[in-house]
Amino acid sequence: MSDIDYKDRGSLLNPLKSFAFFGRPAVTEAIEPRPASDNYRGFHVNDWTKCVGCSTCQKVCDNAAITMVRIPGLIADPVKGIRDERPAIDYGRCCWCGLCVDICPTGSLALSREYVHTCVDAELDSYFVLPDSSGMHGQHFEKGWAKTADADLVDLDRQKMPEMEPEQRIGNFAEMLLGYDDQQALLEASRCVQCGMCHDACPTHMHAPEYIRAIWEGKLEEAVAWIYQTNPFAHICGRVCTRRCEDACSIGHRGEPIAIRWLKRYAMDAVPHERVKQIALAGKVDTPTGKRVAIIGGGPAGLTAAFDLAKKGHAVTVFEALAEPGGMTRWGIPEYRLPYDRIDRDIDVIRSAGVDIRCNVRIGQDITLDQLRAGHDAVLLALGLQQGRQTRIPHSEHEKVFRAVDLLNKITANEPFDVPHCAVVIGGGNVAMDIARSLARLQKQQYGQVNVVVTALEEQQHFMADPDEIKEALEEGIVIRDQCGPQGCEIDAAGKLVGLKTWKVLSIFDENKRFAPRYDEAGETIHACDTVIEAIGQSADTSLLGDTLTEALEWNRGRIKVDADGRTSEAWLWSAGDMVNGPDVVHAVADGHRVATSIDAVLMEQKK
Amino acid sequence: MRPENYQSVNHPPSNEFELFFGPNHPGIEGNYALKVRVNGDEVTSARADGGYLHRGFEKLMEGRLWIQNIALVPRICVPDPVPMEVCYSLAIEELGGIEVPERAQWIRVMQLELSRIAAHLFTFGGHAATTGMYTPMFWGIADRDLILDLFEELSGGRVYHIFNIPGGVRRDLPPGYLDRVSKTLDYIESRLPDYDNLLFTNKVFVHRATGVGVLNQEQALEWAVTGPNLRATGLDFDVRRDDPYLVYDQIEFDVPVEQAGDAWARALVRRSELKESLRILRQVVAKLPSVGGPIRAPIPNPLAWNLPAGDVYTRVESSKGELAYYVVSNGGDKPYRVHVRGPSAMHAVQVLENLVTGARIEDVAQIMFSLDACPPEVDR
Repeated sequence: MSDIDYKDRGSLLNPLKSFAFFGRPAVTEAIEPRPASDNYRGFHVNDWTKCVGCSTCQKVCDNAAITMVRIPGLIADPVKGIRDERPAIDYGRCCWCGLCVDICPTGSLALSREYVHTCVDAELDSYFVLPDSSGMHGQHFEKGWAKTADADLVDLDRQKMPEMEPEQRIGNFAEMLLGYDDQQALLEASRCVQCGMCHDACPTHMHAPEYIRAIWEGKLEEAVAWIYQTNPFAHICGRVCTRRCEDACSIGHRGEPIAIRWLKRYAMDAVPHERVKQIALAGKVDTPTGKRVAIIGGGPAGLTAAFDLAKKGHAVTVFEALAEPGGMTRWGIPEYRLPYDRIDRDIDVIRSAGVDIRCNVRIGQDITLDQLRAGHDAVLLALGLQQGRQTRIPHSEHEKVFRAVDLLNKITANEPFDVPHCAVVIGGGNVAMDIARSLARLQKQQYGQVNVVVTALEEQQHFMADPDEIKEALEEGIVIRDQCGPQGCEIDAAGKLVGLKTWKVLSIFDENKRFAPRYDEAGETIHACDTVIEAIGQSADTSLLGDTLTEALEWNRGRIKVDADGRTSEAWLWSAGDMVNGPDVVHAVADGHRVATSIDAVLMEQKK
Repeated sequence: MRPENYQSVNHPPSNEFELFFGPNHPGIEGNYALKVRVNGDEVTSARADGGYLHRGFEKLMEGRLWIQNIALVPRICVPDPVPMEVCYSLAIEELGGIEVPERAQWIRVMQLELSRIAAHLFTFGGHAATTGMYTPMFWGIADRDLILDLFEELSGGRVYHIFNIPGGVRRDLPPGYLDRVSKTLDYIESRLPDYDNLLFTNKVFVHRATGVGVLNQEQALEWAVTGPNLRATGLDFDVRRDDPYLVYDQIEFDVPVEQAGDAWARALVRRSELKESLRILRQVVAKLPSVGGPIRAPIPNPLAWNLPAGDVYTRVESSKGELAYYVVSNGGDKPYRVHVRGPSAMHAVQVLENLVTGARIEDVAQIMFSLDACPPEVDR
């Protein structure tokens, strides 16, 4: 078998042939360090401008060699998902496996080609290093083992949300997103690296890493329990939250962020409603405190505060002017985005905590504020922003010029109105998209074709609306004309509205970043239509306060001034929600928690 | 001054004395001890003690995520780390139902064979050194370094490559890498006559190795001997050929077999395997450019990766013998139990003790090295 002549048992002379090597140069190794290979796994380098301090490297490190160190002077920005921490490496533990590099969500971490470090006993701490982009000894060695696309350990692509095709969804108000199935939810949840950036960015600090982990472990009830710790608007936020969490998600730096909102929706939909109620009410105080709280406005802020206060044993009454509670989530957001039965479920949980919600009661008309004050220990104002702002352009007082919120209210209430054959919407925010898409559906139902134009000052990529909303609106046949500044409604001789005149926008803000649009008159366009809808923002209707109280309260740029706890300058009155913070569901929920804590503290103090 | 309660002990008259080999002894790669009782020049009994290199690998693995263990497994056998990585990865892939892309399989075979050559060069040198010839050792280490250079270029690490990961390999080949592999193969092939002159056809070495540490086939099977040590007893078995993994079934190679079962036969099997490894590598180098595709199958986020409950047993042919992993998952993100079936555990304990008994004292080191056991693999 062997190619050596084994039978001859070798020769004494054979080794002597090696004497030829005396004439050859010896194999030598230079004493000075030789350059390492291109892929070398040497000491770490970390680009601090890219690193967000997410600590994923620390989690994957198999030797616990990485410690996150807070760096004084670094700026932390929870909204953008940046922490003031950077990884420090203990080279007494590191094994240079490079898993930290392969998993780094931002791609800031790499191993360099530097591999020599020596020290005397007294300098043993020098093995504990906070790497930056200059390397261990500041010598700017080149990168060795760095991130490559085919070796990434982070899954950058999110599970696609199943949705109805545009043709299917345009003729009705059925929910267009169908929700994840079990497998998709599991796969999506498994992408999470548990960095907790979402928790920091969320206004109400939802325990997103925890409930995502619970979903991944298949413990859906546990997920619901985590969700209810911070947010009683669980179904609603699972569908229409502005998801600050996903903007901060560390996976989102190079890929698509985890679909945190859809995972919340999945967990809420998967657990039976009766079980959700039991879970949500865990920790409710049994003994009533005897304190009475009145809350004006049954929207997210008011109801969150009501839920918290009721769980703490206070008697809470919510006064809602409209026929159903839910505030803007019900009366503003169209049904195809947020079905009413999901709102009803969230409200049912809140009612089951003992909150008394009285609808169709308008404070100031049915009951006066003074009566409320007399009958309750604390009053919370959570009116929301119900009044549509007006452009005040020429002829905008015409009867065929509507405010978006008014029309959305009508659609929710199922009130009949003349569906325009051809509508122009002014505004590029989510409300503009909501009304445009709702009208498109009504047009499709009644006239068989869509004829809606959305005009806004901004360029399309800078619209305030969610990019998904814009994409879906375009799919549904809505025309978007960006950079159009409204200049007046066109009325014909018979007094009929025939169009909207706009000029091309050159710039929106002046050099001081104040709102001062400049137009190019040459870019004049007449958008033919029979109806104009203004969707340029909302304001609060605070007329119920009455003159005396309005006079007595402190104001801040048209909004009631509140302290850090949401208390107004009147000791008995708190204010929360959109009317204080501007429009956003999850901010309103966070605000509801904050005022509830403050009201509870004050009431319990009174009780002593 | 003797204490008051001192009682002298009368030892029975004996010519035996106990000799302690190790724990740092050139007869074996790493820390390992052999206590031998010697009567004159003849060994009467021996006791192996592998506990000097216990690092608790199997237990450590239970506390780490599936993927974190890839940094741990190569340490189980320092001179031949690639089979450890590949075998562990194969186990995880089988548990998780992951199909490894073809390109990754060829790259794995390339690493496995490079690692085998490096390990055998190391062993030649060691074996020669135990017979008092140090030049082959210097040569072996120097030539092995060229392969480590290749590994450094490929994986960024010279000794612990940590390059195989469940699903495939961690990086693609650097540009021009196969040319440099070819060059190194040419060089090592050109060196084989030198090794033959100095060692394998050297009458001194042949005589020193012949008839030393003889193992017959029955004993070998009874003592669970595998690999080159088994093939040196005339049994023609190689996992690569008889239970093929990766792409070994697409590669042509012979399995060298010797009949004598002594230290010389074992050395000769390794020497012939070296040539076969070169032959395999030539085929891999020729084939790899035509195999495209990804280098790793998609794997889940390592921080949230549960493997289905179950157990698997995967085996590969390492330079030391048959290496196997028995991995049990209870459905969690970490192994429930990992058992490493290292070939050295058998070779360095029951085989070594038996072969050394009756041998002459000057052959003990040679027998130890001719079995090519790797101490960290004995006591995991």
